[in-house]
Amino acid sequence: MHPAPSIILFTTLSGLGFGLLAFLGLGMPGATGWVAFAFFAIGFALAGGGLVASTFHLGHPERALKAFTQWRTSWLSREAWTSLATLSVMGLYAIGRVFFDASWQPLGWLGAALSVATVYCTAMIYTSIKAVPRWNTGLTPLHFLTLSAGGGALLAGEVSLAAPLLALAAAVQVLVWMQGDGALARSGTTMASATGLSSGAARAFEPPHTGTNYLLREMVHVVGRKHSRRLRVLALILGYGLPILLLLLPFTHWLGLLAMLTHILGILAARWLFFAEAEHVVGLYYGKR
Amino acid sequence: MTELPTATDRKLGLVIDLDTCVGCHACVISCKGWNTENYGAPLSDTDPYGADPSGTFLNRVHSYEVQPEDGAAQLVHFPKSCLHCDNAPCVTVCPTGASYKRVEDGIVLVNESDCIGCGLCAWACPYGAREMDAVEKVMKKCTLCVDRIYNENLPEEDREPVCVRTCPAGARHFGDLGDPDSEVSQLVAARGGMDLMPEQGTAPVNKYLPPRPRDQLDQVDVLAPYLEPVAQEPRGFLGWLDRALDQMPGGKE
Amino acid sequence: MNQPKLDTSPKVSDEVRRTTCYMCACRCGINVHMKDGKVAYIEGNRDHPVNRGVLCAKGSAGIMQVNAPSRLRAPLKRVGPRGSGEFEEISWDEALEMATGWLKPLRDNAPEKLAFFTGRDQSQSFTGWWAQQFGTPNFAAHGGFCSVNMAAAGIYTMGGAFWEFGQPDWDHTKLFILFGVAEDHDSNPIKMGIGKIKARGARVVGVNPIRTGYNAVADDWLGITPGTDGLLILSLVHELLKAGKIDLDYLARYTNAPVLMNSDPRSDEYGLFLRDEQGRELVIDRGTGQPTPFDQPGVRPDLAGTHRHAGVTHRPVFHLLAERYLDERYAPEAVAEETGIKPQKIRALAHEIARVAFDEAVTLDREWTDFRGETHKTMTGRPVSFHAMRGISAHSNGFQTARALHVLQILIGAVETPGGMRFKPPYPKPATAHPKPHCGVTPGAPLDGPHLGYVQGPDDLCLKDDGTAARIDKAYTWENPMSAHGLMHMVISNAHAGDPYKIDTLFMYMANVSWNSSMNTGGVMKMLTDTDENGDYVIPHLIYSDAYSSEMVAYADLVLPDTTYLERHDCISLLDRPICEADAAADAIRWPVVAPDRDVRGFQSALLDLGARMGLPGMVDDDGAPKYADYADYIVNHERKPGIGPLAGWRTGGDGRGAPNPDQMQRYIDNGGFWVGHIPEDAAYYKPWNAAYQDWAVELGLYDSPQPYLFQLYVEPLRRFQLAAEGHGDRQPPDHLREQIKTTLDPLPIWYPPFEDGHADPVEYPVHALTQRPMAMYHSWGTQNAWLRQLHGVNPLYLPTKLWQAHGFEDGDWAQVSSVHGTITVPVAHMAALNENTVWTWNAIGKRKGAWALDENAPEARKGFLLNHLIHELLPARGDGMRWSNSDPVTGQAAWFDLRVKIEKVPAPDQAQPAYPPIKSPVGQGPETLAWKVGK
Ligand SMILES: Nc1nc2c(c(=O)[nH]1)N[C@H]1C(S)=C(S)[C@@H](COP(=O)(O)OP(=O)(O)OC[C@H]3O[C@@H](n4cnc5c(=O)[nH]c(N)nc54)[C@H](O)[C@@H]3O)O[C@H]1N2
Ligand SMILES: Nc1nc2c(c(=O)[nH]1)N[C@H]1C(S)=C(S)[C@@H](COP(=O)(O)OP(=O)(O)OC[C@H]3O[C@@H](n4cnc5c(=O)[nH]c(N)nc54)[C@H](O)[C@@H]3O)O[C@H]1N2
Ligand code: SF4
Ligand code: SF4
Ligand code: SF4
Ligand code: SF4
Ligand code: SF4
Ligand SMILES: [Mo]
Repeated sequence: MHPAPSIILFTTLSGLGFGLLAFLGLGMPGATGWVAFAFFAIGFALAGGGLVASTFHLGHPERALKAFTQWRTSWLSREAWTSLATLSVMGLYAIGRVFFDASWQPLGWLGAALSVATVYCTAMIYTSIKAVPRWNTGLTPLHFLTLSAGGGALLAGEVSLAAPLLALAAAVQVLVWMQGDGALARSGTTMASATGLSSGAARAFEPPHTGTNYLLREMVHVVGRKHSRRLRVLALILGYGLPILLLLLPFTHWLGLLAMLTHILGILAARWLFFAEAEHVVGLYYGKR
Repeated sequence: MTELPTATDRKLGLVIDLDTCVGCHACVISCKGWNTENYGAPLSDTDPYGADPSGTFLNRVHSYEVQPEDGAAQLVHFPKSCLHCDNAPCVTVCPTGASYKRVEDGIVLVNESDCIGCGLCAWACPYGAREMDAVEKVMKKCTLCVDRIYNENLPEEDREPVCVRTCPAGARHFGDLGDPDSEVSQLVAARGGMDLMPEQGTAPVNKYLPPRPRDQLDQVDVLAPYLEPVAQEPRGFLGWLDRALDQMPGGKE
Repeated sequence: MNQPKLDTSPKVSDEVRRTTCYMCACRCGINVHMKDGKVAYIEGNRDHPVNRGVLCAKGSAGIMQVNAPSRLRAPLKRVGPRGSGEFEEISWDEALEMATGWLKPLRDNAPEKLAFFTGRDQSQSFTGWWAQQFGTPNFAAHGGFCSVNMAAAGIYTMGGAFWEFGQPDWDHTKLFILFGVAEDHDSNPIKMGIGKIKARGARVVGVNPIRTGYNAVADDWLGITPGTDGLLILSLVHELLKAGKIDLDYLARYTNAPVLMNSDPRSDEYGLFLRDEQGRELVIDRGTGQPTPFDQPGVRPDLAGTHRHAGVTHRPVFHLLAERYLDERYAPEAVAEETGIKPQKIRALAHEIARVAFDEAVTLDREWTDFRGETHKTMTGRPVSFHAMRGISAHSNGFQTARALHVLQILIGAVETPGGMRFKPPYPKPATAHPKPHCGVTPGAPLDGPHLGYVQGPDDLCLKDDGTAARIDKAYTWENPMSAHGLMHMVISNAHAGDPYKIDTLFMYMANVSWNSSMNTGGVMKMLTDTDENGDYVIPHLIYSDAYSSEMVAYADLVLPDTTYLERHDCISLLDRPICEADAAADAIRWPVVAPDRDVRGFQSALLDLGARMGLPGMVDDDGAPKYADYADYIVNHERKPGIGPLAGWRTGGDGRGAPNPDQMQRYIDNGGFWVGHIPEDAAYYKPWNAAYQDWAVELGLYDSPQPYLFQLYVEPLRRFQLAAEGHGDRQPPDHLREQIKTTLDPLPIWYPPFEDGHADPVEYPVHALTQRPMAMYHSWGTQNAWLRQLHGVNPLYLPTKLWQAHGFEDGDWAQVSSVHGTITVPVAHMAALNENTVWTWNAIGKRKGAWALDENAPEARKGFLLNHLIHELLPARGDGMRWSNSDPVTGQAAWFDLRVKIEKVPAPDQAQPAYPPIKSPVGQGPETLAWKVGK
């Protein structure tokens, strides 16, 4: 799939943001006043900013409200609802924390649950696409959730939780890659099933148009094997390895910040791969798989 | 409405004959022409006279080479547009309800004024049957020429998709695949019509007729002496000629 | 569920205007839907005899042609050097005065100094007439580089050929065999036909080195080695003859198989027919045993008996034929290696032909009477049909190969019988019923007759008294005596060389000869820009008419901008290349369904104006005023012979013959732009011999009297040239051509290897290189079309698996391809369904930078390429030091497909080579986006 910067940014930041909000909802940390304000501001900025970023890739952002209508079937619509609900509930909860020094905990729990649900919905948008076998697995939500948890914990300054959570996320990440590499082959969708041609091995001869088109730009991205390996190592080190290492060192805010930054960089790389390596089966029709 | 109807009254769709399609692209261009002028936004082209021309098309013709284990390679021209799936994933993912499947005939459509251009439905379609228009920024797809097939301003015989009407080789057929007695259903039954990517679970309505077996001429019986000579010698041939002429009506009296 | 309410009955258009497509020469009927006075949508006309509603990609994209930014806008006068593309727009009056200034003196003093060649002209009966009135012998259209082999072989053999002249009996055929066809002119009808017979489950066989398109849907494919079809066909003939699977009754009745031929090698008339005093061929009547005129009522011609007359043995043609083809030279085993087809496959095909022809014969219950007066209760036919095109005709052995195919058809009785091949009016029409060529020049007066025709022997050649060529293209000379369509591809090089003479003005219409329709493209560009010792151009004046900013425009001194096909009147006439079907005569018009929005004029109207300015006979009335207001006026009012005009329908007094009818054009418009006259059922088959057909044709004005004739298995005019080469008669060929004439102008079909094989070392240049037409592109025109160019914007060279692997090619690689003549560097791609010694590419995709209102970096101009750079109009010199023509020795047809090359893998250059500097676009460039919708 085409690794669109707006989507990479949105999913990465909002995942982090909702992770942080979840921890805040659970009262970790239970800060109030200006400190709380700072935490919530970061959470809202990441989660909300991600949402805004996502509208950049819409053809008609002015109609974005229509996206709330189809929650019965569409994970994207559900994501719209859950994120709105999360932001509203957490907003109220934050008001309590920041202005009234109060912890309206049931609201916090609700907000945390909604944050998790939002991340889950985001993940399910990808998971539900059968045409991309690499995504079409239970590992995808697990991956998104563990990542949000690890990143959220890191942001929330829950050092003791962050390290094991990131380690878990890293393990899931590796699993995702391992199973992802064989996903298309296992899916049963092949040139033969795509074309129904069975009298011999089929090979794409001429494409329908000699130039490019929307489908090729959007759905048929090919990443070189070497490039992919390098990026994976980079993502593992920056996104998980280094932050964990930094967390194991005696905590300072600067180290925390550094851990945060490398984590984000690493996850951006991983997210780029998440899209760029995702083989859409339509590529079979173009002989690009 | 992105909930799929549990059943549709009819299942209108196309049957495409891969045995006969000569790959002429007539269906591609007539579709472009009709749908540029009719339903929804025109199908635009960017850089149309430039270095990187690219446009929206609702129907594209691929071609594949098939190499049998032994024997000559074959070439198959392969038109592809929306298959109007019964279990259309492109519909259920749509957050706005712009994508829907019609209850009366099963046609999958995009209501362009509701479309936010998120592109998710194009991701969900395994067949590459949806394209985002680069100028209008809404999702375009085959409408099964819904503005022709019922159009009372057209003569009865023209109420069919324009790609079907134009196909010079007669490789495209249109009808109700939900009715086992319809001509298209009969054709599918007789010629072993197939689904594309059945494992995707989309339950496509459109069907493809596979190419008939090729290069069978000399496969009959490898040892058969095909034609029996009448004589081995040219002289003998002229003798045969004389006799043959005598046996013709009005030969030797 | 609540789903959106849709208007499923939107208004489709304000009005439908019906006219004729012009995106190729198939000439389908179209419905042009208009909204707000603009073209909104184009679809096929269901009532039209050619396409019955269907339309190809080009036809549907016509809207993008009419809106193309490449359209010329006004007459252009060259201001920069030739080839630069620098022009100034001028008025029509100035343009026509300029042309008159160049042409009038030529007409008065030396009319042959005008060479008028009209390319892809669909109005040849008009342009030819104009040239004849001007008085130059130098006129022809593009047939000489296109398919004259096919036309000439067909007409000399059976009075008609494939394409415009004939078609398979789609309703009855059970086996359809295609030789060397990618698309053909009959584009839609062939597709409709293939669809029809496939729906019946009948078999299609494709003989072609390349398996795309029609050949891809063929049930069986014979991936033949280029240039060897003649051998394959004669091998089929061998097998069928040997097995006696031939239609003896048909041969005896309708062909010259029984005609008696002088068989004495010492005779001056060796190989000529025995005739009576009235010149009628004689056959032996099986009833009386006596020589009898072939057309005598009651005669039963004998195929076997010989006859001695005046001490000379005469044998029926059939003897000679049987002896020749029964020879083991033609056995499947003997031809397998050269053709690349396994003997087993050849046998299987012969068997299938025989089986279908004789075991599955079709009989129609229609009574008919033949030309000898005999009435037949039924019509029985052999449901095997063939079709062929440039794959066999664009070789230097193409005439003989096409002849071989016709002989095969005739031997099994599959021409003009149900299920076989059928002629379309005005065919059948034997060579003898066509005019002969004319080249008699008188300054200030018309030529002595029509330019083009069918020679019967050396006496009819277009030679001057000193034996040199009378025509600039050297048509109808000993080099290519039967060049029935002229040799447009030789005009520029001959004019440049001043051989046979120099000319003053080259006037061309609708031919991109500085690019895709020239051989040796780079050389042609040079010849057009070459100057003499005074610094003047070697070809002093060049007038060109195009509708678009093509590569050729840049080389003209004066450009006459034409309208597009929806903006003008045209006439597709029974006088030249009509739209008839086997069951009907038909002709058609175009009319301006939209008015031009530029200062352009229909070329034919401009030509009439030019003719009137020069006072050409027929174009001015008695006081010198223009006789016709424009081409539409000419179409309706011109009479070629009393009662016969360009259009046959709705004449005063009826169809076919009759005085001009002032309402005629409107009647055509009301009828959808065409007219059809149906052939009666009992006249629909056996047309050359069917009395009812002959009478119908006379009544319609196709002939003046019935013209029954025999199919010519043996073509006597060829023998006349051979006799001359052997030293008989007083018109003698130059010595260096004697051998060529003796061997290649054989009156019975033969096969010889393509000439290039003898000039380019087959070991050094082992690979055959071909082009094919893409179905969705028309030569160079398609590229300016925003929709079509997305389908074919680049053209890789396709390589067979063997070569692909041998050179270690991978996707994205480039190759250097060389012929004896030149070198190109191009992108390659792999194709398995391809003859293992053949490479190919799509024709005419490559473009010159700056042409067609495209960006200079358009893929067509950077990656697209032409094979034409590798092909020369002359073969390389051999030991004899001569430059032999790269064409068929009978007709002069350009031998495009004889090309041999070698291939090398090279690093990818930044663009395909050779690359020429850009030309300045006289029309600017197209817009950045396009979303064409005329209605709201
Ligand atoms: N769409 C479209 N239609 C056109 C045109 C166009 O440009 N575009 N051009 C029109 C014109 S001007 C013409 S002349 C006709 C030409 O119509 P075609 O004759 O169909 O044209 P080509 O594409 O030249 O095809 C030649 C075919 O012969 C095959 N061939 C080459 N050499 C041999 C050989 O030795 N033996 C055999 N058996 N096959 C061989 C090639 O593989 C190719 O398939 O098409 C007309 N119709
Ligand atoms: N390598 C290779 N070369 C080939 C062939 C091949 O098979 N291989 N085929 C050969 C054959 S068969 C042919 S017929 C030729 C064809 O080659 P050309 O005869 O050059 O044909 P086109 O490219 O169609 O160019 C005709 C010109 O007519 C112009 N034109 C289009 N419409 C109009 C109009 O309405 N009015 C006027 N006045 N002009 C118009 C176009 O702009 C174009 O410049 O190519 C030959 N060249
Ligand atoms: S083919 Fe694609 S766009 Fe059409 S209904 Fe099926 S999934 Fe949807
Ligand atoms: S692009 Fe339009 S139709 Fe497709 S899912 Fe988004 S809103 Fe729905
Ligand atoms: S049915 Fe209509 S919209 Fe669909 S592919 Fe055919 S022409 Fe295009
Ligand atoms: S129009 Fe018909 S023959 Fe041509 S590409 Fe389309 S389906 Fe195939
Ligand atoms: S075959 Fe196509 S381009 Fe040619 S006349 Fe017919 S519709 Fe037009
Ligand atoms: Mo041609």
